[in-house]
Amino acid sequence: MPNMSKEKVKMKEQDPLLRIKNFDEVTCGYTLEEAMEEAGRCLQCKTRPCVGGCPVSVPIPEFIKEVSEGNIEEAYNIIATENRLPAICGRVCPQESQCEGKCVRGRKGEPVAIGRLERFVADYYMENIKKDVEKPESNNKKVAVVGGGPASLTCAADLAKKGYEVTMYEALHQLGGVLMYGIPEFRLPKGLVQTELKSVTDLGVKVEKNVIVGKSITIDELFEEEGFQAVFVGSGAGLPRFMNIEGENLNGVYSANEFLTRVNLMKAYDFPNSPTPVRIGEKVAVIGGGNVAMDAARTAKRLGAKEVKIVYRRSKEELPARVEEVHHAEEEQIIFDLLKNPVEIIGEDGHVTGMKCIKMELGEPDESGRRRPQPIEGSEEVMDVDIVVVAIGQTPNPLLRDTTDGLDVNKRGCIVVNEDTMETTLENVYAGGDAVTGAATVILAMGAGKKAAKAIDEKLSK
Amino acid sequence: MYKIVAKRKLNDLVELMEIHAPYVARKCEPGQFIILRVDEEGERIPLTIADYDRKKETVTIIYQVVGYSTKKLSLKNEGDSVEDFVGPLGQEAPLHKVKRVLGIGGGVGIAPLYPQLKKMKELGVQVDTILGGRSDEFIILEDEMENISDNVYYATNDGSKGIKGFVTDKLNELIENGEKYDLVIAIGPLIMMKAVCEITKKHDIKTNVSLNPIMIDGTGMCGGCRVTVGGETKFACVDGPDFDGHQVDFDEAMRRQGMYKEEEKDHVCRLGLED
Ligand SMILES: Cc1cc2nc3c(=O)[nH]c(=O)nc-3n(C[C@H](O)[C@H](O)[C@H](O)COP(=O)(O)OP(=O)(O)OC[C@H]3O[C@@H](n4cnc5c(N)ncnc54)[C@H](O)[C@@H]3O)c2cc1C
Ligand SMILES: Cc1cc2nc3c(=O)[nH]c(=O)nc-3n(C[C@H](O)[C@H](O)[C@H](O)COP(=O)(O)OP(=O)(O)OC[C@H]3O[C@@H](n4cnc5c(N)ncnc54)[C@H](O)[C@@H]3O)c2cc1C
Ligand code: SF4
Ligand code: SF4
Ligand code: FES
Repeated sequence: MPNMSKEKVKMKEQDPLLRIKNFDEVTCGYTLEEAMEEAGRCLQCKTRPCVGGCPVSVPIPEFIKEVSEGNIEEAYNIIATENRLPAICGRVCPQESQCEGKCVRGRKGEPVAIGRLERFVADYYMENIKKDVEKPESNNKKVAVVGGGPASLTCAADLAKKGYEVTMYEALHQLGGVLMYGIPEFRLPKGLVQTELKSVTDLGVKVEKNVIVGKSITIDELFEEEGFQAVFVGSGAGLPRFMNIEGENLNGVYSANEFLTRVNLMKAYDFPNSPTPVRIGEKVAVIGGGNVAMDAARTAKRLGAKEVKIVYRRSKEELPARVEEVHHAEEEQIIFDLLKNPVEIIGEDGHVTGMKCIKMELGEPDESGRRRPQPIEGSEEVMDVDIVVVAIGQTPNPLLRDTTDGLDVNKRGCIVVNEDTMETTLENVYAGGDAVTGAATVILAMGAGKKAAKAIDEKLSK
Repeated sequence: MYKIVAKRKLNDLVELMEIHAPYVARKCEPGQFIILRVDEEGERIPLTIADYDRKKETVTIIYQVVGYSTKKLSLKNEGDSVEDFVGPLGQEAPLHKVKRVLGIGGGVGIAPLYPQLKKMKELGVQVDTILGGRSDEFIILEDEMENISDNVYYATNDGSKGIKGFVTDKLNELIENGEKYDLVIAIGPLIMMKAVCEITKKHDIKTNVSLNPIMIDGTGMCGGCRVTVGGETKFACVDGPDFDGHQVDFDEAMRRQGMYKEEEKDHVCRLGLED
């Protein structure tokens, strides 16, 4: 008899007033008992609607069944058939619009906490069970993957499992992509990311850090000089957008990428023990309403800012961030200054002192179905701020396109691919993740990496 | 890890290292730069490629010891390694054959100037050079510059070598004497490049400068290196670092470069690295 409670088993969290003073993870995860109790809420639907909501088709009812019986190793093995980064996905997937969004239990009450269970299984496995993975036997075929983010990691893992000799080229000094430099420690501990990454590299994937494909070596050279038979491009959407308003180059204006990279990758939170500084100030305004904006705001709070505002041009319903992040931000006293759009950043002696914003109202729905924000004339006001973080989106970096003849991109700069195989306009060059979709999600990037791996294998096995 | 195959002190503050870095050495061109991290806990610092040897797969960097990371770098010796070394970054300098070029280098800026002038020389251009520094001792790469230049002029603050004064005094003098140049390449402190550009603009001599804003990734990902050129925002790491000096907003660049002055001063003292 399933557990018919309408609510998910609660997950412990750090108290908001304590956690804004540290970078430790906000949510504490389930215990084995809690996980088994929550797993009991799953109805084991024959039609598996939840699986249809997962971009990588994790066998959800199957792994949950094992959890309900306390067989965590088996549960892990089931997840790992489709997803090699479950501790990460369990934490950062927008479950409400994916697996959990389709769960039948969600019709009356809360859906099964699929994300939390997935995370539990991965954490428990890493802590208590973890077995060394064996390097599969080589099939002597060479594939290169560009970038070390979730798209490339997934593609590399799937190919390595089949015996391909995979080399991963990463521009930065660390693998992980946004998982390492973007998403903060308190949401996705970096030690855990490294452990999960290792489960991929242990499959025998060769890693070359500090190599920028397009600069250090070109895609053509990967084929002609290094002898690769296929290349997968998972270079992400790293180029920050700015607003192009007056004052945006004042000292004290950061892109979210710079702000978060300083703090996460370069550990500026530990300055001066770490060598890279970051400026925080007293009053911080973060512009934007997505996950990136929430992360920047909550990071600023933890670094000691007295007042942190999210400035967003639409209303709360339209915030694109995960529901849980908005909720956590509110608990952490982040102020939501909604229906406002910056028109000018004001400075004194070259440093930010204020930001002029215009009030907005919502008009008719636009192509995306969201109501279009319109400025209310004459409603400009100046708010007091000394740091501004711009988090209004990223687009793919033009570097590869500019150095690779014949690699077509669309007008938003995203690499054009055949949707079925992820092959680009260049033969044997595949692409996926944010480089193709523009800034999206970890799990979509992983799904794309997987699809490409399958297509590469089919092509090279012919 | 990237091995330091040679190290040499050029003066009290400036050192040269030759580092084994195959990917960079195979591809780099004058004007480009690298980013290195000294050790696992290190900061990412950009340095211009001063020279390279494609056969030996080595890259030469010349750096001035100014703060935390350059100090840590200078503690390394021949045979040691640096943790990370990535490149080549940025665009190669836009060098075309002209009749006559004047290179102006200030302090450690002489290092990035050298490969550009060398390439001009190889293109068959007549090269004149003005080198400036605090005193004789702070002028680097004299022999190398003498080798590729028809004339080398010097300007030092204390008059210990060449004229007593700034490189701009020498520049004015050359122009007054009727010397004609098709292009000036000026690399040094921002204030020097700004002053050079004010003069060359008046005389309508095209001038390239090399900007060195604070950087992190060097690939266009953070936007920290943004500079205003011709009224537009550019990312120096991917669009530069060389730009048309007459279009550069130097005041903004100087302000942005000083962004962490306070933090950095504090930093060196607190870590006991101050001598
Ligand atoms: C702050 C922040 C918070 C986010 N929060 C969430 C969340 O909660 N949930 C969620 O699902 N998604 C979230 N996302 C989005 C998610 O992180 C991305 O969609 C995902 O990481 C994309 O994966 P990717 O592999 O395509 O690219 P990336 O993760 O961007 O990785 C690309 C990698 O390629 C490297 N690279 C780029 N160019 C080159 C080159 N020329 N040569 C070699 N290497 C190169 C880069 O250095 C990088 O390491 C967030 C993003 C950010 C920035
Ligand atoms: C494209 C480029 C090429 C350069 N080439 C050379 C070179 O050939 N030789 C040389 O001696 N120097 C060069 N520099 C400057 C060099 O990067 C800085 O001197 C170095 O980063 C200082 O680090 P630090 O920790 O020792 O000093 P800090 O105490 O951290 O800083 C001293 C000053 O250096 C500047 N600086 C600090 N961090 C950075 C950073 N990450 N990026 C850029 N500037 C920074 C700031 O203006 C700061 O006030 C170049 C800079 C750039 C951007
Ligand atoms: S990978 Fe993401 S979408 Fe798929 S089941 Fe796990 S949490 Fe849900
Ligand atoms: S839809 Fe919900 S209840 Fe049904 S199998 Fe999936 S997780 Fe279980
Ligand atoms: S250094 Fe980050 S964009 Fe130029």
